[in-house]
Amino acid sequence: MNRINKAFLNKKAFIPFITAGDPNLETTEKLIIAMQESGADLIEIGIPFSDPIAEGEVIQNASQRALSAGCDTDKIFDMVSRVRQCVTVPLVFMTYINLVYTYGKERFLKKCKDVGIDGIIIPDLPFEENKELIDVCKKYDVNLISLIAPTSKERVEMIAKQANGFVYCVSSLGVTGVRENIKTDIGQMIKLVKTVSKIPCAVGFGISTPNQAKKISEVCDGVIVGSAIVKIIEKYGENSIEPVKEYVKLMKKAMEQG
Amino acid sequence: MSNGRYGKYGGKYIPETLMNAVSELENAYEFYKNDESFVNELNDLLKNYAGRPSPLYYAKRMSEDLGGAKIYLKREDLNHTGSHKINNVLGQVLLAKRMGKTRVIAETGAGQHGVATATAAALMGLECEIFMGKEDTKRQALNVFKMELLGAKVNVVNSGTQTLKDAVNETMREWATRMDDTHYVLGSVMGPHPFPMIVRDFQSVIGKEIKQQLIEKEGRLPDMVLACVGGGSNAIGAFYDFIDEKTVELIGCEAAGEGVKTQRTAATMSTGSVGIFHGMKSYFCQNEYGQIAPVYSISAGLDYPGIGPEHAMLSDDGRAKYVAITDDEAVDAFEYLSKIEGIIPAIESAHAVAYAKKIAQTLEKDKIIVINLSGRGDKDVASIARYRGVEISE
Repeated sequence: MNRINKAFLNKKAFIPFITAGDPNLETTEKLIIAMQESGADLIEIGIPFSDPIAEGEVIQNASQRALSAGCDTDKIFDMVSRVRQCVTVPLVFMTYINLVYTYGKERFLKKCKDVGIDGIIIPDLPFEENKELIDVCKKYDVNLISLIAPTSKERVEMIAKQANGFVYCVSSLGVTGVRENIKTDIGQMIKLVKTVSKIPCAVGFGISTPNQAKKISEVCDGVIVGSAIVKIIEKYGENSIEPVKEYVKLMKKAMEQG
Repeated sequence: MSNGRYGKYGGKYIPETLMNAVSELENAYEFYKNDESFVNELNDLLKNYAGRPSPLYYAKRMSEDLGGAKIYLKREDLNHTGSHKINNVLGQVLLAKRMGKTRVIAETGAGQHGVATATAAALMGLECEIFMGKEDTKRQALNVFKMELLGAKVNVVNSGTQTLKDAVNETMREWATRMDDTHYVLGSVMGPHPFPMIVRDFQSVIGKEIKQQLIEKEGRLPDMVLACVGGGSNAIGAFYDFIDEKTVELIGCEAAGEGVKTQRTAATMSTGSVGIFHGMKSYFCQNEYGQIAPVYSISAGLDYPGIGPEHAMLSDDGRAKYVAITDDEAVDAFEYLSKIEGIIPAIESAHAVAYAKKIAQTLEKDKIIVINLSGRGDKDVASIARYRGVEISE
C-alpha cells in the first residue's frame, strides 16, 4: 500500500497546502515537519508559477513572494529530499503543466520519485490532456491526481474511473481562496465518484474554519486547506511555524469530532 | 482540427471547472457556423455595421519611394472601432447571444479588443466587463474611457506584470467563477481549443478579401503577405486563405522591443521555447524553469509572451516566417507611413510596415507585397510623442 492510500485509511485526512519558498525554503521545510507533527495526513507543496490561473489572490501573492526570493524547481527538489528524511506522510506537488513540461516531463517525474514525492496535482491538465503525463507518472510511480469541479457533471464518471491516489473535489467555481459559504452539493459530487470507484475524495477550495472542515468531512474522505494557511504565513513569515501548527491542530481536532 | 491540434500545438490545457464551458462553446460554434440565419446576420453586420469589405489600397508613394516591390495596404484600420478586432468580436458576441449568454468578458492589451468587445456588447445589448493590465490602462488611457463610454466596466488588473498576459489570467479566473451566463470573448488566436479556431475563422475574412481584391486589381496573387503578430489574430486572418498557395510568402512581424538580445523584448518566435500556457501548447518567452518572462514592447497589443498555436505550426513547417522588429524600427515606420501616405498606422501594424520598408527594395518592381494594416494609430499618438520626448496631454 502506498503512502497516499495509507493517509486515508480509517480516517478523514487533513491536507494542508503551502507554497514552497514562501517566505523561504528553510521555513517551508520547518512548516512541513511542524504540520506533520500537528496531525496533517498528507501535505501539498505548491511549486510557485509566475501565472497561476487557478489561484486566488492569496496564493498568487505567495507565489510571487517565493519567486522573488529566488525559489526554483531544483531548489524545491533539494528541500523535499532533505525533509523526506524525517517526514513520513505523503507529499504531493501542486503546480502548473508548464513547469513540468519545460523542466522535462521524464526528468521532473524521475526526480519526484527520487526525492519521495507521492503525487502531483496539475490544475491546468484536464482529463483530455492527461496523456501528456499519465505514462511517465506510472513509470515513476507518482500518482497524477485528478480534479473534479461543480461543473464536471457527466464528466465525473470518466475522470473517476481513471483516477488514482485520491480525487481532488473542487468545492466551488472560480479560484482558490477563503469563502464564507460553500454552496455546491458536495455530497452529490462525491456520490457520483463513488458509484464508479472506491477512490478517496478530498475536498478543497474555500475551506478555512474548523466548522467548515467538520461539516465537509462528514461527506468526504479528506479536507484540503490552502489559502487560510498561506495567509498565516503571509502574516508571520519566518515566525509562522507555531501559528500554523496551532491552526492545523485545531482543524484536525474539528474533523476528528465530526 | 476538431481535436484542437495544429501539429503538436494547441489543445485545451485549462482547469476542469472550465471544460464543459469550452465544450458548450465548441458545439455551439460547430452548429451556428453552418446556420443560415447566423451567417446572414453576421455578414450583414460585417458589411453595414463594421464597413466590410475593407479597401485594398495601392500605396503608390511608398512603393515608389522604396523603389522595389508594389505595396498594397489592407485597410483594416478603416473598420468600425479602428482595427481588425471587430471581425472576431461581432462573430463571438453574436454567438454568445445565440447561446443565451447575457454577459461577455474580455481581456485587452492596447484596448482595441476591449473597445471592439464593448462595442459589440452595446450593439447586441449584453453586459460587458473588460480586464486590462494597470500598465496598459496608463499607456492607453483613451481606450479605457472609450470602453466606459460604450457601457463596459473596465477592471484594472494589478497582478503580475500588469499587462496583456495578466489580463488574460484574470479573465480566465473570472470565467471560471461565472460561466453560466457569461461568454469569454477571447481576442486572439490563442487560448484553449476552440478559441484559436473560432477566432481564426472569423478573422479569415481578411485574407479572403485580399485574394479577391488583388485578383481584381492585378489579376494575380501577392508574392508576400506581411502582418504584425502578438497572439497572431490579424496575421492568421490575413494568411489563412494563402496557406495552400505555396507561391505566397507569409511573414509575421513580432515585437523585438529594445532588441531580441535584450531582456526587454516580446519576440516569442525569436527568443521563446515550446511550453504550455494559457490553455495551449505553443511557443512562449520563459525561463529554464518555465516561469513566463516579463515581456516588453512599445506596443501594448504585441506585448504578449506567447503566440497562437497555428503560428507555431506554420513556423515549424516553414510555411510562414517570423521576423522581429524593434521599437525604434516600428516608431520610424509609424512616422514614415503617416508622412508618405497620410495614414497613421497602429503601432502594432507599424511593425509590419517596418519590415516592408526593409524588404521592398530588395524585390523586383513586378513583385507585390500586401501589408495587413491591422489598425489605426490615433490611440498611439500620445505615446509616440512621449517616445520622441514630447509631453502632450490626450
